[in-house]
Amino acid sequence: MSWEGAALLMAVVAPFATAVGIFALGEARERARSAVNLIGAAVTVVAVLACATAAWSAEPGRHAAVGIDLLDIGFGLKADMLGALFAVVAGVLWLITTVYATGYMSHASDRARFFGFFSICVGSAIGIALSKNLLTFFVFYETLTLATYPLVVHSGTPAALRGGRTYLMYALPAGGALAAGVVWLNLLAGPVEFAAGGSLDPALAASHPTALVVIFALLMLGLGVKAALFPVHGWLPAAMVAPAPVSSLLHAVAVVKAGVFGIARVVLEVYGPLGPELGVTQLLAALAGFTIIFGSVRALAQDDLKKRLAFSTVAQLSYITLGVALASPIAIAGGLAHLAHHAAMKITMFFTAGAVAEEVKAYRVSEFDGLGRRMPLTMAAFSLAALGIVGVPPVAGFASKWLLGVGAVDAGTWWVIAVLGVSSVLNAAYFFPIIHRAWFREPKAEWAGGPPTGQPEGDLRMVVPLVVTSLLGLAMGLMAGADLSPASWASAVAGWGLPW
Amino acid sequence: MGDWVTQQLPALLILVPFTAAPFAYLLGAGYDRQTALLSAALTQPLAAFLALTVVQEGPVRYAIGGWGGPLGIELAADGFSATMVLVTSVVGLLVTVYGLRYFGDLERYRFFWPLWLFLWGSLNALFLSADIFNLYVCLELVSMSAVALVGLTLRREALVAAMRYMLAAILGSLFYLLGVALFYGAFGSVDMATLRETVRPDVAGQAGLALMTAGLVLKTALFPLHFWLPPAHSNAASPVSAVLSALVVKGSFFILVRLWIDVAQPEAFPGASVVLGVLGSSAIVWGSVQALRQERLKMLVAYSTVAQIGYLFLLFPLASGGGQAASDAWVGGIFHAVSHALAKSAMFLAAGIVLARFGHDRLEGLGGLSRRAPVTAMAFGLAGVTMMGLPPSGGFIAKWQLIKASIGSGQWWWAVVVVAGGLLAAAYMFRVVGPFFAREAEDLDDSDLDPGPSPVTMDGAALALALGALVLGVAGQPLIDLIMVGAPALVAGVTP
Repeated sequence: MSWEGAALLMAVVAPFATAVGIFALGEARERARSAVNLIGAAVTVVAVLACATAAWSAEPGRHAAVGIDLLDIGFGLKADMLGALFAVVAGVLWLITTVYATGYMSHASDRARFFGFFSICVGSAIGIALSKNLLTFFVFYETLTLATYPLVVHSGTPAALRGGRTYLMYALPAGGALAAGVVWLNLLAGPVEFAAGGSLDPALAASHPTALVVIFALLMLGLGVKAALFPVHGWLPAAMVAPAPVSSLLHAVAVVKAGVFGIARVVLEVYGPLGPELGVTQLLAALAGFTIIFGSVRALAQDDLKKRLAFSTVAQLSYITLGVALASPIAIAGGLAHLAHHAAMKITMFFTAGAVAEEVKAYRVSEFDGLGRRMPLTMAAFSLAALGIVGVPPVAGFASKWLLGVGAVDAGTWWVIAVLGVSSVLNAAYFFPIIHRAWFREPKAEWAGGPPTGQPEGDLRMVVPLVVTSLLGLAMGLMAGADLSPASWASAVAGWGLPW
Repeated sequence: MGDWVTQQLPALLILVPFTAAPFAYLLGAGYDRQTALLSAALTQPLAAFLALTVVQEGPVRYAIGGWGGPLGIELAADGFSATMVLVTSVVGLLVTVYGLRYFGDLERYRFFWPLWLFLWGSLNALFLSADIFNLYVCLELVSMSAVALVGLTLRREALVAAMRYMLAAILGSLFYLLGVALFYGAFGSVDMATLRETVRPDVAGQAGLALMTAGLVLKTALFPLHFWLPPAHSNAASPVSAVLSALVVKGSFFILVRLWIDVAQPEAFPGASVVLGVLGSSAIVWGSVQALRQERLKMLVAYSTVAQIGYLFLLFPLASGGGQAASDAWVGGIFHAVSHALAKSAMFLAAGIVLARFGHDRLEGLGGLSRRAPVTAMAFGLAGVTMMGLPPSGGFIAKWQLIKASIGSGQWWWAVVVVAGGLLAAAYMFRVVGPFFAREAEDLDDSDLDPGPSPVTMDGAALALALGALVLGVAGQPLIDLIMVGAPALVAGVTP
């Protein structure tokens, strides 16, 4: 087996093997378990970076691949640029989240179960990223659906069990729709591989237009739930009962972006030019545009910080969907870049929410008055990430929004500019009050003196990761033009050179 | 030498358990368990060897004592037979390992071992029979040992359930035997290979097939003739429940498939296969809805069996048109039988651990199980993945094939049933699994009966079966190849 093949296998196997190790070690052996977890995450990072290298150096259309036979279709992994982007995001952020989670969960119970299922989720997300065909993708996608459930209900309270139930009510029927769509498409078109520019035979658009439209609707229903597209977004705010590391990595990055990533695969690499021809991507773009406004408006009204962040995620995910659905390589580059940009920024904000909740027991925006005095580094990271989401240069969010805007002009869809403008105003309206409260309101008496003397502002295992991710977000924006930045990478995927 | 063993394989697979059974009885306490383990440890490799032989050399035929038909008894193993023998051996071995600890040295359970070995041998004989009269004999042997096993605990409910089961089984056998007699009278043979050429859809043929089908449907517990199954399967000792749900109902189903797909051509009996499909769909819905309403874990799992049996019957309408869709349906139906066997036995074994540790299996008392018995809870949950038909699991491959066959043959409504059935299964599985994660575990604490932690061999057997069902979903291609060896012409598909 070539080194590329080994890297592909390792990237997917390492997280699952980590899970097995964690389950086998059990609750009692905490140090060994943490060691296995960190080593597993580190190996995964090396493996996904190797996959990215393989993708980078491969000739177009000739990607390293491994697989096994099953059902005339076969399970297979491949290292292409698009997949490597998501795999690297998930792998690197997993390592950081593991550090954060050991701090956050240090007083929690059932940690073996928690970290075990967490690893399975990450392994599934990386599997989704590196899947060679729709069948493999679907298998990892549903594994992710199931492995997330124990994490959502982790605390075991009635509220958590309710949240878990809501999650399943959305996710399982969506899985059914996706299954039907995938089988049907495989019957109609033969084994559905992912290939740049679309893998469906253009002749199918003439012979089976209705079937293709219905299949597209089934696939979008299945993927749209995880991508939190209106009107199937309702599970995401309900799932915020989960512990902070879950909200951070899974509900801001791995799970939700698995949905968006699936949409990108289907729109760009399965349907390709057939999408606009059948008129389905235009509808998808309109739905994404509506979701952006809808999510932002709902976020305004939330006092619970995690809920506000969740609705913000609903809106931000649709930026990616919108970019993918617009028939312009510039917009596609913007959407895919946002996949990485939003990940770094939103994970920072969820990390903050968790750190603040653990350190000073503040959960609501209205409790944040003067928090910047008490936890300066944490709130600085949060503010930086918030500016990025609003789209203030030079933080990462600006680059993706700018590309989206240029792409919209390129595609001739002017209404997108209006959506982007309104959305940015709304983003500012729901994030700036938090920044304002944290830094400019009079703090509570016990916060006025800053952190307790001689002690850090919080558990360093939580503070350091969130500072690191916020700086990552800043770096992605500052160096958007560099060769290996997410923005350049996304542009290469979209087949379009950055103008700078 | 090797060649000789290969030829004797079908006979050995029947002889080993049949020989071990009386020994287990005669040797009695202390040695019966060892005998059973020895027999299981021999039978399993033999079954694997048979599967390997069938894949490499095609279907096997064996005349007992060198006497071929029509006088002597012949055994035959194609891919379907070898698959069923193989899954029986895997479930059988793990149930045996589990039973060593579960039954222990208890005197009142000493009949378990001879009966179980006898049942195993009978199942192997059934799967390897080449004629419909031998099938009748085997069916009787299976039923009698299964009924006795249900009554094993001598508890009142178990005895009532066993009696009900016995009446249904006898009635089923009677119908089947009448059908066999009609066939023999009309077509002059009971050998399936001969009947394949001679069977005609005339009055005798139709009546014979109808009688046999009615009897077998009753024994397979297809809705609405499932009434005997939930009490029998839920009140039996848990290893027995596992064997009954996983293997015994598949025995009569096996004969149905042989008759309909192999011997008779479905298109000669229009409408009948659709009726079977409709009953199967009704079973899926009815069984699932009943499972949703149960308060006891083993009752819920038993009703889940009623529902899962329904999928097997979708094979008939989906295969009736021939072509690629029929081939997909063939793989899907048999794959479902296999993965259900593994997952359902895992569930009953897990339920048995719960019962043994906590003294009850009330659903409301299972809160926090993932903390109290993590491996048991994991085994149950993983088996649930197959039951829901979600990937990666054998159940998923089965449903994938069934959906493919539905759309491919233009009968998309069966695909709707399959998807809806998966969602219903998810609903009743999460009714059980959801509370595993609950923090309030007081209900479990109210009982003094917690000798916990769960015994390693018992947990291990349940987990191994559940994992087996999952592995089928990833590395199931060898099994698919095996299933297709010597497949009946109708479902052999178009070879590219």
